Amino acid sequence: MMKLSKYVLYDILKNKIIIAYTLFLFIVSLSMFQMEDNSSKAMLSLLNIVLIVLPLVSLIFTTIHYYNSYEFIELMSSQPMSRTKIILSEYAGVSISLLSAFWVGVGLPVLLFAADDTGFALLFSGTCLSLVFTSIAFFASVLARDKARGIGLCLLLWFYFALIYDGIVLLILFTFSDYPLEKLTLLLTALNPIDLGRIFIMLKMDISALMGYTGALYKDFFGSSTGVLFTTGIMLIWITLPLWLAERRFKKKDL
Amino acid sequence: MIRIENISKRFRKLQVLDSINATFSSGEVISLIGPNGSGKTTLIKSILGMVRPDSGKIIVDNTPINGDPSYREKIGYMPQIGRYPDNMRIGQLFKMLRNIRNVSESKTDNDLIVSFELEKIAEKPMRTLSGGTRQKVSAAIAFLFNPPILILDEPTAGLDPLSSEILKEKIIQEKQKNKLILITSHILSDLDEITTHIMYLQEGRMLFFKDIELLKEETGELRLGKAIARVMKGENFGNEWIDRMFDITTEKNKS
Repeated sequence: MMKLSKYVLYDILKNKIIIAYTLFLFIVSLSMFQMEDNSSKAMLSLLNIVLIVLPLVSLIFTTIHYYNSYEFIELMSSQPMSRTKIILSEYAGVSISLLSAFWVGVGLPVLLFAADDTGFALLFSGTCLSLVFTSIAFFASVLARDKARGIGLCLLLWFYFALIYDGIVLLILFTFSDYPLEKLTLLLTALNPIDLGRIFIMLKMDISALMGYTGALYKDFFGSSTGVLFTTGIMLIWITLPLWLAERRFKKKDL
Repeated sequence: MIRIENISKRFRKLQVLDSINATFSSGEVISLIGPNGSGKTTLIKSILGMVRPDSGKIIVDNTPINGDPSYREKIGYMPQIGRYPDNMRIGQLFKMLRNIRNVSESKTDNDLIVSFELEKIAEKPMRTLSGGTRQKVSAAIAFLFNPPILILDEPTAGLDPLSSEILKEKIIQEKQKNKLILITSHILSDLDEITTHIMYLQEGRMLFFKDIELLKEETGELRLGKAIARVMKGENFGNEWIDRMFDITTEKNKS
């Protein structure tokens, strides 16, 4: 399997899009740290970029890559190689390249300017989000029949996770504001990897003090080692579940 | 070598394959012919495990196809359209395939790589190749591991006359090595010299599967195109496609 992913990876790393993505992340991160005197302010701006851009690029890039290598996947499936191996190698290739782009583009500047708890939390969340959305994109691409539908589905998913979901949560919180909702919000957070990533980073920052009672509860939970375990566990589920579903669907699919 | 038992496949409303039965043994060259959309490629892909038939069994070398991909070691496949990773070079592609199967370069059949002069352009990335050159690459891949079964989907479409002649020579050579060869093509004159059996598909049904000598004897025609046309007309399958085929072959004979 490693042999195949090596070649997939090699193909992607030479791709100009991934280089442009790395450069974009690098320049944005660097200029954030240059513009703000306070590195935690820079982190906050960086956080928003990571939470919006990373999922979007992971989704779109993976989907386009999947459809562009469709014939290659076909060729591989005519070789003595199981479908599971093929899709997992593709996943490994795509996710490693997206991760390297993130580590070079955001990781390097963060290590240079803000190598503290918050910085590592940001890198952790970014890594998880890249993996999660690559995995979701694989599921969407395997489901959709053509490129246009695949990309459309991915954009919808991105809108849902990045924008609509927060709206729904706010709506719920407002409607039921008379009830104690702390536990529920905690649960709702877990259902959206972007929110989970955001809270995980925010609580490492000083601003969490501004979030009132809920913030305190969160800090209590996410600050503890159980919280870290919880976040890692949920992220792992978000990575493996769509990938598993994609693999199952891919095995039965007509190529 | 390959036994097909009652294979049926439906794509939504379209019955692509309708209970096909056939047995192919080594030393035979079977020509799959039929109009566009008659199920030729689907049948081929079913044998390769790329399409999962709704019902029926396919047995390759006494083992029914289930999930195990290892039987594909015995099959060399040349697809209709070969597309490969954009940034991969020709040389790398061959290296990768050998690498995946753990076969050293000296043990693979490199005849076509040599005669198509692919070594000279080994450093060219796949995206810069013309359709014809890709076709050459696909052909070279199909023969690379010296498999006992060869499946060629429209092998000569898109090749220049010289290359198509080289490929035909190669097919004849392999035929003499007692291999089983399955070819689909619309160019009946190409098949004339190499084929031993004709399988005619239309709208997913197998209209006939005959020994070519028998076919020629029965119809009293020496040329494949005419012989098939005669059979089709005689058995009242007379359709436009065959008429057109007939016209083309007679025109060729005149010139």
